[in-house]
Amino acid sequence: MSGKRAALLIAITAPFLMGQAKPLLVPDISARRVEIRYTFTGAQLLLFGAIVYPGGRAPSRPADIVVVLRGPVQPILIREKQKIAGIWMNADSNRFRSAPSFYAVASSKPVSALVDDRTAAIYEMGLDNLQLSPGGGALPEKESRFEAGLLDLRKRQGLYSENAHGVEINEGVLYRATITIPSQVPVGTYTAETFLVDRGKVLAAATRDIQIDKSGFERFVALAARRHRLIYGLAAVFLSLAMGWAAAALFRRRM
Amino acid sequence: MDIYLPIAGQSVNALFIVLLGLVVGVLSGMFGVGGGFLTTPLLIFYGIPPTVAVASAATQITGASVSGVMVHMRRGGVDLKMGGVMIAGGLVGSVFGAGLFRILQASGQIDVVIGGLYVLILAWIGGLMLKDALVALGYISGPPPRPQQKGHNRWVASLPYRWRFYSSGLYISPLAPLALGFGAGMLTVLLGIGGGFILVPAMIYLLGMAARVVIGTSLVMILAVSAATTLVHALTTRSVDIVLAALLLLGGVVGAQYGALLTTRMKPDLLRLALAVIILIVAGRVALGLTWRPDEIYSIEYL
Repeated sequence: MSGKRAALLIAITAPFLMGQAKPLLVPDISARRVEIRYTFTGAQLLLFGAIVYPGGRAPSRPADIVVVLRGPVQPILIREKQKIAGIWMNADSNRFRSAPSFYAVASSKPVSALVDDRTAAIYEMGLDNLQLSPGGGALPEKESRFEAGLLDLRKRQGLYSENAHGVEINEGVLYRATITIPSQVPVGTYTAETFLVDRGKVLAAATRDIQIDKSGFERFVALAARRHRLIYGLAAVFLSLAMGWAAAALFRRRM
Repeated sequence: MDIYLPIAGQSVNALFIVLLGLVVGVLSGMFGVGGGFLTTPLLIFYGIPPTVAVASAATQITGASVSGVMVHMRRGGVDLKMGGVMIAGGLVGSVFGAGLFRILQASGQIDVVIGGLYVLILAWIGGLMLKDALVALGYISGPPPRPQQKGHNRWVASLPYRWRFYSSGLYISPLAPLALGFGAGMLTVLLGIGGGFILVPAMIYLLGMAARVVIGTSLVMILAVSAATTLVHALTTRSVDIVLAALLLLGGVVGAQYGALLTTRMKPDLLRLALAVIILIVAGRVALGLTWRPDEIYSIEYL
């Protein structure tokens, strides 16, 4: 920890000492770990930090900030329902090898106004620039239809979000953004990327990791269901038998 | 009050789930059915993933049938030999159903199959019950009641290897109850329903069992098969959410007791009419879900 802190200190002070011309980002997150307990209904993360300009003074034309929080990447299969013989059933499907399970982008101005399409695609800024790696040589129009379906579904679930004015910059040097995580996020390592953007160029970037994990009883149950399937199943059966018996016994005494 | 479900991976309103369990419990106590046919679709409407809903509903059915089994056991209203044969069939059926579940899941048609089977079975049983109840209450005049055919169906009688089932007063081949158990076991895994509302009429009309032991025997069968189903789901789909099941049970076991109390104060034909209407409403809602444009055209499956 002390080594890390020392490195950070050097990183912050280095530009002043060396007189380097590039600005630097010092990001932080309100929580490095998010623990899912039985009361978990989602969480709000505050992503904040400082922009360190060479010479310690903000330029007259302050730069902009884009913050991206993304969850672990999953291979998924999207199924599409179509009406066949009067019944809506899954008729078509498309595979995406690398869809982020969670993706939220916040910026001080709309991403399209900050950078050109190519830069946005390189840094995967904005929902339209996600690299989903569709698989299986489908027609481009089918791919884009499925991609739109995926984005729309996850947007409404709160798993994908875009906020074009979600970053607030104070005095040109301090920035902050709030990102909400819904309760149905998967666990894993999330990364928070911060980009300093000026005149269409990314001047600086910094990344921090966030661990989202089930803890306590929730973790115990999820692990038990995966690792000790038989015991877990027997426990569920025993629980239902015991509760049914207890209720019957209770009521018999009362009547 | 929100509670996070560790397997379903989302938070739900605990009070709502307990209340749902209570309502279903009252119905199951009143009608002697497991109530799974209501729990599963309602949980799915609420937004619980279908596999988790099916698996956890099976757990609730076990709890809801415990007190019924205890009562009937004490009264001697259980044919243990017949129950044993049906349970054997049910266990094979539930394992077979789990295999079918996996194949359907992989092909992406599990939702349609679950929905379609629900509509077919519920509409058929609900329709029969509604007609029976209306005739019994004298609202419509049915065909003159057939002379109650003594004994069992002709097909059942033609099966080989006959056994004697003393409590049921039957001398039939065990293949028939075995097949009945097999079907019920498969339905329990596929649909998360105990199958009580199918078993009971089948045992009366198809097998011709003595009415005294029908309800008790079917409850024993449901108890054993739903418990086995919980295990099968825990071992294969791993989608039994013990927290969700506990919430459902909390309301369910209490509701079942009140339901049993209510039964003694209502006319049985009115009860049957009420159950028929509920079943038909659920069938109608599921049918609408299949034929109307669904809210979600796209669904995500994790590989």
